[in-house]
Amino acid sequence: MFISFKRIFQSGWLNFSRNSGLTFATIFILILTILVITSLFALKKGTNLLIAVVEEKVDISVYFKEESSEEEIVKIQQEIVKIPQVKNIEYISKEKALQNFIQKHKDDPTLMESLEELGRNPFLASLNIQSSEPSQYKEISDILENSQFKNSIEKVDYYQKEPIIDRLFAFTSFLNRSGLVFTLVLVTLSILVAFNTIRLAILNFKTEIQVMKLVGASNWYVRGPFLVQGGISGLISVSAAFLITFSIAYFLGPKMEILFTGLNIFNYFKESLGSILLLQFGTGIGLAIFSSFIAIRKYLKI
Amino acid sequence: MIVFQNVTKIYRSHPETGAIVALDNVSFKIKEKEFVVILGRSGAGKTTLLKLLIGEEKPTRGRIFFDGKEVSKTSPKDFPILRREIGVIFQDYKLLPSKTVYENIAYAMEVIGASPEEIEKDIPKVLELVGLAERAFNFPEELSGGEKQRATIARALIHRPRVILADEPTGNLDPYHTQDIIHLLEKIHEFGTTVVLSTHDKEIINQLERRTITLEKGKVIRDEEKGSFIL
Repeated sequence: MFISFKRIFQSGWLNFSRNSGLTFATIFILILTILVITSLFALKKGTNLLIAVVEEKVDISVYFKEESSEEEIVKIQQEIVKIPQVKNIEYISKEKALQNFIQKHKDDPTLMESLEELGRNPFLASLNIQSSEPSQYKEISDILENSQFKNSIEKVDYYQKEPIIDRLFAFTSFLNRSGLVFTLVLVTLSILVAFNTIRLAILNFKTEIQVMKLVGASNWYVRGPFLVQGGISGLISVSAAFLITFSIAYFLGPKMEILFTGLNIFNYFKESLGSILLLQFGTGIGLAIFSSFIAIRKYLKI
Repeated sequence: MIVFQNVTKIYRSHPETGAIVALDNVSFKIKEKEFVVILGRSGAGKTTLLKLLIGEEKPTRGRIFFDGKEVSKTSPKDFPILRREIGVIFQDYKLLPSKTVYENIAYAMEVIGASPEEIEKDIPKVLELVGLAERAFNFPEELSGGEKQRATIARALIHRPRVILADEPTGNLDPYHTQDIIHLLEKIHEFGTTVVLSTHDKEIINQLERRTITLEKGKVIRDEEKGSFIL
């Protein structure tokens, strides 16, 4: 038993080293497949991040009537937090709103002058509400408009922002859905290409496989070395693809961060090292061995 | 030891050319340690007969027995075991192109689980016997036809099979090498191995004077103890 195992491994290694031209082609295609699948994986993460960044920028504000006291608003805030869709809530007092305004428009003398002329703080206290899903802003706004504190509320500015929120919602869900379809198509395509390359490589050994069977080798004894050979090709492809991914992430990460804030692929690479390795190992070695197995099956029937 | 009972083999190939009857109701018996020549023109069914015996093809009708076991009922799992009892010398050599002569021969031993010591001990002997000692580490493509044929003989012999099937082993060789191969087969027979040799070579038949089964168009037309070449 042990001697057979040893021979299968030796023979697999020998096949690998003697058919370098063929294995080179296989490895090349495998590397490409692994890279395609890894980048799709990263792209998915990238779009999620992008969507999150955009969604972060959207909120609705609830403005309170002039006469509402701060305690009242804090109480309302505590109530709103209980709504499950609410992710984040921020209280902006009258004074804070004024300061924000001055801060923003201090270089605009006309606005500053008119504010001075007014002689009082024209701003209303407000609560800024962020939802975890853009689709839920409407619901939150409805809850507020029909709640017990609707008398203290001056207005909810959801309706002003409604078109933007709706469009954003449509866009992100489109991105998610089309991304999934795109990924599935590309993954299938690249797996088929890799599978076919390995199948063609093994086709060259058709007669050899049949001769092995005719001199009395069992199926596993014939198959074994090919699976080992596939495994070695897979391992080399995974190593190469991993190095390529690492270098791309390392050199591109900081540059990308300048373009898209919060999106450093090198950090992402470090965070998801485990899943990336698993994905690449699964694609490279799994695909190579599985394809070899299927490709040989046909020629063993003798 | 080998029994063919009313064996018919029909190849259903192209719908237009129709079915080809390779063997038609063939029956014979071969005893242990016999030397039998299967004689026939090319296309008479000689190769089919040998393929049926090692299970490379299945008979359309009839039964084939090897050592009392029916070959066509052998499960795919047990074919390797059957094939290890039989050494085949193929007309087209069927050497593994990516392995050297030594590795080709070693492969036939490895599949039966021989130890490395046995392999190291036996291969030089068999290479000596077939006269290929100096070619041990060459690849098949570097050998001449006669050398390739001797390499297949060495591979067929190495695991000491009880039967040697030689399918036109001299078909691609010049008369000088043909004599070599025939002498080799006679030597193997003297060691106590059953030999089944298929040929269409008149010289061989007349020289050997062995039992000869003559095939024509898939039928056995003659089965004589001391064969002569009549076709």
